[in-house]
Amino acid sequence: MSPTSTAKAGPRPAETGPGSAPGSGAGTGPDDGPAAALRRTWRKASPYAYIAPFFTLFLAFGLFPLLYTAFVSLYRVELQTSGEMQWRGIANYTALFADEYFWISLRNTFTIGVLSTVPQLAMALGLAHLLNYKLRGRTFIRTAVLLPYATSVAAATLVFAQLFGRDFGLINYVIGLIGVDPVDWQTGTVASQIAVSSIVIWRWTGYNALIYLAGMQSIPHELYEAAGMDGASRWRQFIHVTLPGLRPTIVFTVIISTIGATQLFGEPLLFEGSISGGISHQYQTLGLYMYEQGWGFFHLGRAAAIAWVMFVLIVVLVGVNALIARRRARKEAGR
Amino acid sequence: MTALAPPPTSPAKRRPPRERPGKHPWLRKGSGAGKTMTGGWIAYLILGFALLISAFPFYWTIVAASRSNADLAQVPPSLLPGPNLMKNVEAVLEEADIGKALLNSLIVSGAITVGTVLSCTLAGFAFAKLKFRGRSALLTLTIGTMMIPPQLGVIPLFMLIAELQWVNQLQAVILPGLVSAFGVFFMRQYLIQSLPDELIEAARVDGASTARIFWSIVIPIARPGMAVLGMLTFMTAWNDFFWPVIALSSQEPTVQVALRQLGGGYVNDQSVIMAGTLLGTLPVLLVFGLLGRQIVGGIMQGAVKG
Repeated sequence: MSPTSTAKAGPRPAETGPGSAPGSGAGTGPDDGPAAALRRTWRKASPYAYIAPFFTLFLAFGLFPLLYTAFVSLYRVELQTSGEMQWRGIANYTALFADEYFWISLRNTFTIGVLSTVPQLAMALGLAHLLNYKLRGRTFIRTAVLLPYATSVAAATLVFAQLFGRDFGLINYVIGLIGVDPVDWQTGTVASQIAVSSIVIWRWTGYNALIYLAGMQSIPHELYEAAGMDGASRWRQFIHVTLPGLRPTIVFTVIISTIGATQLFGEPLLFEGSISGGISHQYQTLGLYMYEQGWGFFHLGRAAAIAWVMFVLIVVLVGVNALIARRRARKEAGR
Repeated sequence: MTALAPPPTSPAKRRPPRERPGKHPWLRKGSGAGKTMTGGWIAYLILGFALLISAFPFYWTIVAASRSNADLAQVPPSLLPGPNLMKNVEAVLEEADIGKALLNSLIVSGAITVGTVLSCTLAGFAFAKLKFRGRSALLTLTIGTMMIPPQLGVIPLFMLIAELQWVNQLQAVILPGLVSAFGVFFMRQYLIQSLPDELIEAARVDGASTARIFWSIVIPIARPGMAVLGMLTFMTAWNDFFWPVIALSSQEPTVQVALRQLGGGYVNDQSVIMAGTLLGTLPVLLVFGLLGRQIVGGIMQGAVKG
């Protein structure tokens, strides 16, 4: 699953050809004079010119901020005077751990993460299975299930906030038709978290279904034929052929969704428009808490500490996921 | 800023590359690799339901945007579009200056798309076909950072643009938007598959410089891949929320920043908010409608999370 493994698989034997030509190429012997020597030097240097535009930006706006966050988290930095930094050591962290809203947002991040990721991936798996059948107009269907992916967090959240309205929202009207009392989707803790999760589920299920579909299509056909000959039902084929074949893809989506859930920000911010994630912080996530500390209360150093906590959280969660996946794979290989 | 993720290391990646240098397999329609089983009516029923849920919020946006606020407060709500669309659109253009926001979004997304596709094609070509010292280390570094959400670097990034006095200026969103490790990885994979080494060698024998080879051989072959990357980049840039909200304000908003103001009690008329949402979503829906099939192909091959 690691990106590095893909990177190493890349270089092909043929790549010793172009680019490394000097010396071996025709007519570039040492006797060709200064012009040829210059050309040789340029040929060696020019690849760096090709990666320079990307790497200049990458260092300035990608890598440097990532690394510098850890440094900032040890200082007192205020938004208005971000040039002045005052050493605080781990005080940002101790202050954080003493703040009850930090723990609330940490818990919310977990519950919303589970509420959105589990149904999303389960539904995507089922959807992918159906999309894998020979169907009329399947290109159209595949494109249509991806439609929510094309919307922005902001647009989707505003529409869902409207649908989840307490008094005149369509969802309360529909559940009223089957005799359920109106739900206060904004102030109830569980209700608001379900509402926020449903936005995430709506936007990402189709996307994950397509990822699963791609994985399913690479499972060798013969496996199904063999299973069919052994008398396995469609359901058993799904359990014993599709799911094992899909394992790397499932691990990938679990990790990506976990990372996404850890940084959830737009949905809780726009669901009601408050940066505290509801009146009692009932659906404030870590991402939103970081924004509130940094750009609501101007404590950039403290916000950096939250970012660092989020990073550690992601590393731990991804590590646990990878560990479980590897152990299961080993167990199966040993069988 | 968004997290762009590496493709799954699914068995799909281990398939031998197909031998059609001109037309990339991602862009061909329906690979036909599905199972022989044909879906029954239950499959159609469930899929129909899924499509309904996918599409309904869009339909509802149109319904709500074309009615009045009083209509929306009615029980039972009406499910058909009303006559007020133009009035609501005018209101949102006036109250939240969505016109300026749309223009800003177009500038930002356009610049990010052009810049990203160019810089990633250049770097992708170098990583795929040129040999130089430190290549694998630099590539590993680039790909390694794809797993780290850029959201985590946002505070120093903000301090940086504050130092440069770029807060509230569009370049504060454009320049960081050009960094796409995914794009480099994507173009590298594409060129490894579709650009034969013999072609480059032949051009070298004819005395062409690397720059010449890039312009007259690499670019034409890379064009379909550049198109896919461009569409994905445009959609991601248009829909980006977190960083623009931090770097810009109501004076110089992108559409997403303007939508945040609409939702944040700036306007209280629900149908006007929905009209704004509709305007902000239309351009990207248009792109999706025209090129949806290619986007599906690109996503099925290499995962993109925006």
